[in-house]
Amino acid sequence: MKRKVFAYPYIVWMILFIVVPMFFIFYYAVNVGGQFTLTKFWSTLTDVKNNWLVLWNSIVIALKTTAICLIIAYPIAYILSNMKKSVAGFISLLFFVPMWMNFILRTYSWYAILEYFIPGLIGKPEVSFTGTEFSVLLVLVYDFLPFMILPLYNTLSKIDKSLIEASRDLGANPVKTFFRVVLPLSVPGIVSGITMVFVPAITTFTVPFIIGNGVFTLYGSKIDEAFHQATGVVGDYAVGSTLSIILVICVLISTLIMNYFDKDKESGGQVL
Amino acid sequence: MKKLVSLVLALAMALLCTAAFTGCKGSEEEADYSFADGDQYEYIGGELNILNWGEYIDEELITIFEEETGVKINYAKMTSNEEMLMKLRSPDCIYDLCFPSDYIIEQLIAQDMLVELDMSKIPNAKNISEKMLGITDSFDPGNKYSLPYMWGTVGILYNTKMVDEEVDSWDILWNEKYAGKIWQYDSVRDAIAVSLLRLGYDINTRNADEVNKAKEELIKQIPLLKGCGTDNIKTSMQKNKAALAVVYSGDALEAMDKNPNLAYVVPKEGSNVWFDNVVIPKSAKNLEAAHAFINFINDANLAARNTEYIYYSTPNQGALDRLDEAYIGDEAYNPSEETLSRCSVFHDLGDFVDVFNSAWSEYKSKMGN
Amino acid sequence: MKRVFKSFKYVFLGLALLFLYIPIIYLIVFSFNDFGTGRHVSYTNIGTWNGFTLRNFLTLFKGEAGDALLLTLEIAAVSSIVATIIGTAAAIGINAMKKRTRTAILNVSQLPMVNPDLVTGITFMMLFAFVNTMLINMGLKHFQIGGFVKLLIAHISFSIPYVIFSVLPRLRQSSDMLYEAAIDLGCSPIQALFKAVIPDIMPGITSGFIMALTMSLDDFVVSYFVGDKSVLSVYIYSSFRTSGVNPAIATVLFVPLVALLLFVNLRSLAKEREYEIQSKKVNLKDKGGITK
Repeated sequence: MKRKVFAYPYIVWMILFIVVPMFFIFYYAVNVGGQFTLTKFWSTLTDVKNNWLVLWNSIVIALKTTAICLIIAYPIAYILSNMKKSVAGFISLLFFVPMWMNFILRTYSWYAILEYFIPGLIGKPEVSFTGTEFSVLLVLVYDFLPFMILPLYNTLSKIDKSLIEASRDLGANPVKTFFRVVLPLSVPGIVSGITMVFVPAITTFTVPFIIGNGVFTLYGSKIDEAFHQATGVVGDYAVGSTLSIILVICVLISTLIMNYFDKDKESGGQVL
Repeated sequence: MKKLVSLVLALAMALLCTAAFTGCKGSEEEADYSFADGDQYEYIGGELNILNWGEYIDEELITIFEEETGVKINYAKMTSNEEMLMKLRSPDCIYDLCFPSDYIIEQLIAQDMLVELDMSKIPNAKNISEKMLGITDSFDPGNKYSLPYMWGTVGILYNTKMVDEEVDSWDILWNEKYAGKIWQYDSVRDAIAVSLLRLGYDINTRNADEVNKAKEELIKQIPLLKGCGTDNIKTSMQKNKAALAVVYSGDALEAMDKNPNLAYVVPKEGSNVWFDNVVIPKSAKNLEAAHAFINFINDANLAARNTEYIYYSTPNQGALDRLDEAYIGDEAYNPSEETLSRCSVFHDLGDFVDVFNSAWSEYKSKMGN
Repeated sequence: MKRVFKSFKYVFLGLALLFLYIPIIYLIVFSFNDFGTGRHVSYTNIGTWNGFTLRNFLTLFKGEAGDALLLTLEIAAVSSIVATIIGTAAAIGINAMKKRTRTAILNVSQLPMVNPDLVTGITFMMLFAFVNTMLINMGLKHFQIGGFVKLLIAHISFSIPYVIFSVLPRLRQSSDMLYEAAIDLGCSPIQALFKAVIPDIMPGITSGFIMALTMSLDDFVVSYFVGDKSVLSVYIYSSFRTSGVNPAIATVLFVPLVALLLFVNLRSLAKEREYEIQSKKVNLKDKGGITK
């Protein structure tokens, strides 16, 4: 018996539950109540002043989130990578431990802090800090920061220290060394960090729902709304499916852009 | 390996806690949960999947029913009628009982999605007031498919410490003086109805221009909003975080009970009077238990406990007779004929609902953008 | 100057850690807050301190929350075990394949990892809706896929790739000949697998299992779209607007786990330190020896 056989159960599973389900997004985008129709697909696709406006704003927010995460995470990862291995390992663990608590609970806690605790603390209980772009950004950065630190730390700690020493020996000052040696070498980490933050940040709908007081609509909220709040005919997933297709295309494009910057990436490599 | 060990231990901890605590029940309760007519329930067994609004039943009732009948109740919650409709329409809907509002019931009946109630199994239906059945008849002719569970009005809850003028019109929700202190209701029909009423239109309008005007007004209101919420509004109002809110009467009653500075009014332009009825969808598997449960919650004494607990008005005459006088005299709990004459019931809009939905979708898209 | 920079480094790390732990500490503190008694306990009052109590821990898993926790644990346990078995077998098979097939399969396997959760959840929702509609139309109403099975299939599916990608690197390190040798020595394929291959890649399997378990425990979006039944995260989300969430859930789930993680790690850190000191001493002795 060839060893290949062991993969067959998985291949069947993969086709049934990874490949086939993807097909349904397209199927339901043009199928309303068992009838083939392009009307909903087309009207959703061309609804520029709603769907595309929200998508654009979500991309902007996701970019802001990613940028802030990168700015905070890079120094952290850099400091960690220069520490003694065992200490760095322990401190980096401290950065990832919060992820073991479900992010819905943590977001819920932020709501209480921003709505009740901080206003109480500054003696103005009638003020509230929820429902603003600032608060949504704050919690998005909070939720995704560890996902940025992790790949950055992995890449930075693998950089050969002798390269840095060589650069110093050849007369480069620390700043020059950083920009000419460390930064270029850490590009793969930056790239995978960006992918790990940007994509989930576009699709989030829990943070705008909880922190945004329901007056903050992101693209994920639109999809959620299409599936959970709309009142169409039986099995009408057309709007939600079309919105999802747009999303998948966006994700595809951003992955392609990222792959272009990250040429060292091995095929079939790991995300984590 | 380390991680594995710690994880397993944590799981064991959590399991232990479940085992230790699921048996505990609050023992300080002194409320009287006896059956009004000395009813006996036979063992039924099986499961009963209920879909209801959040905080919409006294959980003690669920426990008692489970003990009496041996039925395991799986209780799921939703926050809007539309969400319930989506769930009921899903081909693999599992629910045996749910509590949608008037216009949804009308639609469910039209689409033949409900089981006709077997009244012989619901003797306690006699407790329900004739007057209420007269109104619910308008969306469920003959009350064949549903029985009213709770009812109420939609109105404005306001904080008398923050609002010093008289509140009697929906207009005040567009007053810039209260920017950032206003809650809108996160539900298609309710929010659009508020805007329609303010403009003097019918809440069941089938005129697209009117709906669009209402939508434009709602969009203008967005910068003034603190938020667009559902059950969370009452907590926010109760803690003085906002000045004005669109709420259901039951939520208003609860908030007013906890914060004396709050007041509730049904505006002069009129409002919506709504009914949440109990229905059995076609997906029901345990019809026996479903009917038993409907009978159970209509027990005069238990219905009284339930309405005290969730603050919403009961259509159950037997329960009303057992309640404190204060309830009957309360304008929010028991609105006068004059108030009711200004209010109308939502009706199913048929295909026209698409106009409402796209207006709503556009409204939501403008939020924060 | 250097010292200032160094202390600045620690302040920065400390602030970042504080930022990450604020909401957790907040929930843990408030899990001892008195939210009142009686029939109507509302946990929405999570902003004001009303006094110390342990009551929240006693009422923690009453009713819905208890059902949700139990379901979460059941799904996590079953799905991670099944995913580990299928994923490990798959990795062994894939590793023996030709490069082109291997790359094709691995690229498809990456889909659930690259795809947003939202899309994964939606596709599963649609798949089950489609299959169940078909079953009803065929008059097989009783064979419909139920809520538990739906959750299980979805969780297994998004976990398997993590197992595969944890096991594969280990397999690449381990010798290809191991399996062939065991067969040549008279083992049946199954025996060869269990006696030769699996022991060699055990660390990869373990970390794959942990990944699968974490993914399942941490999931919200997929369960939210797929399930008719609420797992813990879905329960918390749906309770947010109503009676709030008992913060004791956070304490009970988080504190023991973290305490253990820290304990184990601190101990290994201490051991390492001891070892370092030891080796330094040895070094000194050696050097001393040379000078003599």
